[in-house]
Amino acid sequence: MAITESIPVAAPGAGARQRAGRRRGWTTRSLIMLFMVLLLIYFILPLFWMIVSSTKTNEELFSTFGLWFAPDFNLFGNLASVFTYDNGIFLIWLRNSVYYAVCSAIGASLIATLAGYVFAKFQFVGRNLLFAIILGSIMVPNTALAIPLYLLLSKVGLINTALAIILPSLVTPFGVYLMRVYTEQAIPDDLLDAGRVDGAGELRIFWSIALRILMPGFVTILLLTFVGTWNNYFLPLLVTNSPAYYPLTVGLANWNSLAQGFGGSQILFTLVITGSLVSILPLIVGFLFLQRYWQNGLTFGSVRS
Amino acid sequence: MQQEAGATHLIISDIGSKRPPARWSFWRRRVGIPYLFLLPFLLLFAFFFLIPLGYALWISFFVERLVGGTVFVGGQNYLQAFRDANFWFGVRNVLVLLIIQVPVMLGLALVLALLLDSQIVRLKTLFRLGYFLPYAIPSVIGALLWGYLYSAHIGPFTQLAAVFHMPAPGFLTDSGIIPSIGNIVTWQWTGYNMVVMYAALQSVPTELYDAALVDGASGWDIARYIKIPLIAPAIVLTVVFSIIGTLQLFNEPNILGAIVPNIIQDHFTPNMYAYTLGFTNQQYNYAAAISFVLGGVVFVFSYVFMLVTNRGRQR
Repeated sequence: MAITESIPVAAPGAGARQRAGRRRGWTTRSLIMLFMVLLLIYFILPLFWMIVSSTKTNEELFSTFGLWFAPDFNLFGNLASVFTYDNGIFLIWLRNSVYYAVCSAIGASLIATLAGYVFAKFQFVGRNLLFAIILGSIMVPNTALAIPLYLLLSKVGLINTALAIILPSLVTPFGVYLMRVYTEQAIPDDLLDAGRVDGAGELRIFWSIALRILMPGFVTILLLTFVGTWNNYFLPLLVTNSPAYYPLTVGLANWNSLAQGFGGSQILFTLVITGSLVSILPLIVGFLFLQRYWQNGLTFGSVRS
Repeated sequence: MQQEAGATHLIISDIGSKRPPARWSFWRRRVGIPYLFLLPFLLLFAFFFLIPLGYALWISFFVERLVGGTVFVGGQNYLQAFRDANFWFGVRNVLVLLIIQVPVMLGLALVLALLLDSQIVRLKTLFRLGYFLPYAIPSVIGALLWGYLYSAHIGPFTQLAAVFHMPAPGFLTDSGIIPSIGNIVTWQWTGYNMVVMYAALQSVPTELYDAALVDGASGWDIARYIKIPLIAPAIVLTVVFSIIGTLQLFNEPNILGAIVPNIIQDHFTPNMYAYTLGFTNQQYNYAAAISFVLGGVVFVFSYVFMLVTNRGRQR
């Protein structure tokens, strides 16, 4: 880290300016707060609109002002139609999303942790080459993969199966990278050597010593993969073509196309809006409670590079 | 601590040399165990990354003809891609976004990160969470919501314009569509980029600018001459991810395309074009070639950018 080189030394002897600057800053400060609040409104606006609209009937969507509630409160009616429309297909999409995301998250974080740990703690033949290939794969656009993946999956008969979504989601090169960095920081070599002296096998050392220390990193990847799979649209769009296998994203997009096709005359608009609300609720809750882990995942990659 | 560590090392290497035959132990530690642990990842990586990629490259050199079946044609698909106006139309659209939207988004993210890191702002947690929130929303749902907000029928902006007897804003028109998509992407990703930069700022030890503060440097000076240079690696990371994401744009235009199919045609972005070729027209070979050209474009842009910034930093 070449941090210290690039700092220009400020001119000495300008001590008192600091306090003057603070007094002058009152208006600047208010303007900045105004700017921050306006942006906050911008970022929250679509969510606010969604919450308001999910309490309206389809007619009220057209007849009342979009950013405020209608006189009557129709959220429960909308929820009922979301869950019962088309024989309750929404519930199946919800179940699919949960199933795909949970399996992918657990599998991917286990696999990435194991791989990251090995890259961090073993000197092995071909290590640098392998790691370079894995890192390089982050740069490859998903598109280049999507079409051949579809063709190969259909050759082995995996189209319209959960595996077609879960298996590709288990590969997280970025996760491997994160776990390597995390392991290097969190686990001293001596600790592993101590375990070896005590005669523990490598698998045992990983399972009962390393994994415990790596838990925060593990949870971070768990979370990132969960959200990544939950939010994924492109892959399931390709590898499923029967509504029974759709996750929420593809299902809702499908309802949206239908709604647009009918020119909004059907109840589908409210379905899409209320369905969207339901499908992001678990994410928002998880996001608020587990934000420490989110932030971990986004940070250690960048801080260290 | 240092000495203790050295001591354990000595003991271990002693034991190691007395235990099983050296060659077996070497093989075990350098090949056997590492690869055993890596096996799950490597298998999946091979099956779901390397093999599909190789397969795509392979089929991109063939053409399926009604008469004569699959024929090897060398680089013909690539030549066709280079001459394909539809493909370049999409490339032009994503390049416009790359050149205009990405700097706006990252500039905004940097300003917000610096403000959150400064002494000026109160309620930091509220702002940070609020700005970051759109990242937690699936991009499909983000695009759906903005699609409704843009709508000429139920969109609140249209309603507001009507109240003031103004013409309805043309979000989903030929001239408005690219800014509208840019807005969705900015809305969704500013917070993410802000958090990456903010976290990098947090890891800068405050002693580094305490001295400058005492010497009367303004907050602006500190941001400009100390903080931004120090978090340059994080900024580079956000730029590279933005380049990759923007050039591959698919979800947002695809969702909006369901609303205004005559404005967003199926070759609006290169990724949408490849999808259409592959899944509507069944032209897998040509779609694979298009994907590779797009991949090449992505690679060139990210690589050139990293090269340029590395040069800049070494100077």
